[in-house]
Amino acid sequence: MKLITAVVKPFKLDEVKTALQERGVHGLTVTEASGYGRQHGHTEVYRGAEYRIDLVPKVRIEVVVEDEVADEVMDTIVTAARTGKIGDGKVWSVPVDGIVRVRTGERGPDAV
Amino acid sequence: MLLADSTAGLDTGDTAWLLASTALVLLMTPGLALFYGGMVRTKSVLNMIMMSFVSIAVVTVVWLVAGYSLAFGPDAGGWGLIGGLDHLGMAGISPTSLTGHVPTLLFATFQLTFAIITAALISGAVADRTRFGAWVTFIAVWTLLVYVPVAHWVFSPGGWVLAKLGALDYAGGTVVEVNCGASGLALALVLGPRIGFRKEAMRPHNLPLVLLGAGLLWFGWFGFNAGSALGANGTAAAVLLNTQAAGCTGLLGWLLVEKRRDGHATTLGAASGAVAGLVAITPSCGSVSLLGALVIGLAAGVVCSYAVSWKFRFGFDDSLDVVGVHFVAGVIGTVLIGVFATAVMTGGPEGLLSGGGLALAGKQLVAVLAVGGYAFGATYGIGLVIDRLMGFRASAEHELTGLDLAVHAETAYDHGVLGHGTTAHATVLAHPSDKAATA
Repeated sequence: MKLITAVVKPFKLDEVKTALQERGVHGLTVTEASGYGRQHGHTEVYRGAEYRIDLVPKVRIEVVVEDEVADEVMDTIVTAARTGKIGDGKVWSVPVDGIVRVRTGERGPDAV
Repeated sequence: MLLADSTAGLDTGDTAWLLASTALVLLMTPGLALFYGGMVRTKSVLNMIMMSFVSIAVVTVVWLVAGYSLAFGPDAGGWGLIGGLDHLGMAGISPTSLTGHVPTLLFATFQLTFAIITAALISGAVADRTRFGAWVTFIAVWTLLVYVPVAHWVFSPGGWVLAKLGALDYAGGTVVEVNCGASGLALALVLGPRIGFRKEAMRPHNLPLVLLGAGLLWFGWFGFNAGSALGANGTAAAVLLNTQAAGCTGLLGWLLVEKRRDGHATTLGAASGAVAGLVAITPSCGSVSLLGALVIGLAAGVVCSYAVSWKFRFGFDDSLDVVGVHFVAGVIGTVLIGVFATAVMTGGPEGLLSGGGLALAGKQLVAVLAVGGYAFGATYGIGLVIDRLMGFRASAEHELTGLDLAVHAETAYDHGVLGHGTTAHATVLAHPSDKAATA
């Protein structure tokens, strides 16, 4: 199993969610996040004084999927989240050693 | 029926307008609280609002006990510097006493609302770092030693600026705006800059609150200026129109500068420009034509949008730009009376453009220098004494924590499960009923 984490623009959340549902991914976790990449935030102006805002609002989406579909799910997220403009985010995956469904105690792929 | 004889001379229309105006001007202070409250950081918004609200209470008590008598009582000694003690605690003034065509008690309350907002305006210069007890002490002392004498000079028939010098100030460009601006600068210098000034971003935490406050200020300003006619008449109407005109050109002037200089017209700029225009027209609304009002508002909007950067250049931390907006626009409006005053409005003196020469502008400048100089010097002194006696500045720990939690044991917003003021992680320690049971 793989844990796929995506950090994307907040307004893209709905599109990513819909695309994942259509791809058959039934559960996901969403966290409000903030950060920056190469673009290093944005500038705001108050009474002529400029402020550099380093940390830009993002959402962090996490899903656990089986190994064989991991690449496909990552592609689904990338397609749905892409605007082509700077700050679109990142998607990565890491191996998952174990997983348990809290309600039933099921383990492994059955728990996903 | 019993009062029928004693109310001869009272004009019910004038009285009704001044009653309404008094309520309008009082609303400006809660409006200012929101205007200022939105501009500070989340951690100090309640303290900022509280500085305005407590001013309402403190200044009211000081004014009714002694302030009114010293400002508007018969001149003491004929110097035009201070009123007498005849009306301490409003002594000798009954419901049937009249000032012009309105009850004196109403006139005194109308003037009280001016004193309140002037004191509250100063708080913008010392946001985020002031000990609350020291602030309460300061506004009581400042009202008596600074506001009251200046109000006597300018507003009282026996005052030297009005009676002897002949300078014009219709609704308080010197008494309110120059006064609070110079006092704010003095106090900002006594307290020193906020921790992190010019290094950290100290952004407004809630711009809709700022705009709501600016809207309430604008609404109340009609009472402030048009109420100063002390009558429901043509002058009040002309003043009301001038006030609206200058507020609008002030807003547009600020936005034009922003768009050209920074590339964006901002909401904070709109609110600030409107206030700058309204400040500038306050002294001049009763002495200039509509064209004069339009130009004065525009000048204030443009100049003030540049002036607010002075604090970064000179290094004084006037947190919310009391100097850059109120002092600068107050000076602009007061001095430009010397240019735009017309006999149609003043009934006498004329400015440069109407053929009156530079004489009036000179008098206006003297009034600004006298009021600004006195306010700065006296406030600096009061600030130093209070700092020596009780400490004026909050501790570094309180300033960094935020004054809401440190001073008032409250937080403005419940931001989520991990923030302060959370419901999810809050435990009830004691209810008032528990305390009553153990008492």
